[in-house]
Amino acid sequence: MNRIHTLFQNKKERALSIYFTAGFPALEDTLPTMQAIEEAGADIIEIGVPYSDPIADGPTIQDSNMIALENGMSLKKLFEQIKDMRQTVSIPVVLMGYLNPIIQYGMEAFLQKCKEVGVDGLILPDLPMQQYLDEFKEMFDQYGLSNTFLISPQTSESRIREIDENSNGFIYMVSSHSITGAKTGISEEQISYFKRVQDMNLKNPRLIGFGISDAETFTTASKYGNGAIIGSAFIKVVKDSKNLNADIKSYIQSVIQ
Amino acid sequence: MIKVDEKGFYGKFGGAYIPEMLHPNIEELRDNYEQIVATSEFQEEFQSLLRDFVGRPTPLYFAKRMSEKYGAKIYFKREDLCHTGAHKVNNTVGQIILAKKLGKKRIIAETGAGQHGVATATVCALMGMDCTIYMGALDIQRQRPNVERMKILGAKVVPATSGSQTLKDATNEAMRQWINNPVDTHYIIGSVVGPHPYPEMVARFQSVISEEIKKQLLEKEGTENPDIVIACVGGGSNAAGAFYHYYNVPEVRLIAAEAAGLGISSGKSAATTALGTSGILHGSKTLLMQTEDGQVIEPHSISAGLDYPGIGPVHAHLFDIGRGEFVAVEDEDAMKAGIELSRMEGIIPAIETAHAIHALNMITYKKDDIIVINLSGRGDKDLDTYIKWGGY
Ligand SMILES: Cc1ncc(COP(=O)(O)O)c(C=O)c1O
Repeated sequence: MNRIHTLFQNKKERALSIYFTAGFPALEDTLPTMQAIEEAGADIIEIGVPYSDPIADGPTIQDSNMIALENGMSLKKLFEQIKDMRQTVSIPVVLMGYLNPIIQYGMEAFLQKCKEVGVDGLILPDLPMQQYLDEFKEMFDQYGLSNTFLISPQTSESRIREIDENSNGFIYMVSSHSITGAKTGISEEQISYFKRVQDMNLKNPRLIGFGISDAETFTTASKYGNGAIIGSAFIKVVKDSKNLNADIKSYIQSVIQ
Repeated sequence: MIKVDEKGFYGKFGGAYIPEMLHPNIEELRDNYEQIVATSEFQEEFQSLLRDFVGRPTPLYFAKRMSEKYGAKIYFKREDLCHTGAHKVNNTVGQIILAKKLGKKRIIAETGAGQHGVATATVCALMGMDCTIYMGALDIQRQRPNVERMKILGAKVVPATSGSQTLKDATNEAMRQWINNPVDTHYIIGSVVGPHPYPEMVARFQSVISEEIKKQLLEKEGTENPDIVIACVGGGSNAAGAFYHYYNVPEVRLIAAEAAGLGISSGKSAATTALGTSGILHGSKTLLMQTEDGQVIEPHSISAGLDYPGIGPVHAHLFDIGRGEFVAVEDEDAMKAGIELSRMEGIIPAIETAHAIHALNMITYKKDDIIVINLSGRGDKDLDTYIKWGGY
């Protein structure tokens, strides 16, 4: 039982998860950004671990990754920055990152560190389910960390069932055929996919992400899932911000309303 | 035995580390390609296109003057004589037939030197398929003739502007666009890289190179097996093709020439086995040039086709178990080797290929050893680089 499970026990709808890139726009913005996200009323914080070659991300998140790396961000640095985060941040925290930096850090050392600083779950988009089951699931369980898999409109029903069986936290529903930040708005076709998955009565909560940017898309997505994830739109808000705390709060509040 | 296992690994390297969004595409390919390729219908179309369109078999040419100079029997496998000017077309012919059988309507591809882009644009024109090529912005500058060829052939060329703006970034962009268009689009990867089953599939389409070498050498020397095979390695497709039928013939030495750029320790290099460690790039576990933190290092090579921070998983495995010998050739030495080949044998090679020629100076061999060098491509595309370098 970690903070993600507790959250979804108490909140079945309109859960808002905010993705941001660690060390962006400035290296030391990581913790203040997290604090502002919590104060603004979001429910989950997704910390993006920057990577040189993010193949599932569009230009907005690619740029934030590049800038964060130029700023000197790394996993080691991130764990230093968030080592005392649980003194000021109480909502669930999830790390999202590509596999290579984590493998170089060492998967077990990484999971141990996640547990130590109070991270609740992981989203590793290029870790395939089979590999997870064969190599890492036991370790994830040992450290009490949730693993979140993605599904997309192309994912078959049987594969969704398998993913549901092997998830324990939430399922990340990618809203369309796309990388991050590619589209905004929600089409009829997407809604029929949302409904199809909704009708499967999965055991895990579902958060809908990619293309969610404002109150309208958040509300629509929340009708068909337990909430939604905002990434690129949030990165755009912080990118040029002169007052990070105020801008984060007014943006998130405008989404939640 | 050098053989891919059912999960797509060659020893420690390979696999399919892909975002879930690509899972259906990779699964479709994995579940269907072997069966499709094995049908007589596929084989007839593939073989007839290789013969009548590509111009196979390519000659195995005895290089008399260079043999005298180096004191060995040097043969060139003339992939530079393939239609479009390099080995790349062997793979694109195979993959375009496969894409059609899978019912795909659109093709995307990455390219470095532009040879794979041209070979892809060519087969798309042949089959009447829509074609988009992703190419690093730097490579668009240094391989201009190939960019124009792709356009003449009707392909759209889209610059990749992230990172070092070379092959790695073009590959990232092609993968992203595949995620964006997963249903009607096939991604023709141009080397033995990417998630399983690509590395083995591309190697099989290229294996015609060593299949022909065996037959041709038997005719010329009375043996199928040379003492040494040399090929350059970017991702490693021409090398995989030239090595394929010799993987499990231990008496044949396999030499892979990678690009040392300005020198292995210069910080401007693409010498993957010399500098790389195990990691994940473009969907497979392999050797790659990376920082301690697991960030991929921007490579450098004067040749766009070798300017890549990784290497196909099969080559990582050959290196790991000591089956392959790897040498790293510097820019300057490769350019000089290109001139040497031009002057001694009347063949202006691609700069990628010139790396394999220079490898002759870096390995040991016995007098009268039979050495086959895979001439992966011709130098037409590289005239600008030769001219800029100017040392001739
Ligand atoms: C002539 C030539 N040789 C070699 C290469 C390197 O590719 P590979 O290592 O896959 O053979 C290229 C790539 O563009 C090329 O054009």
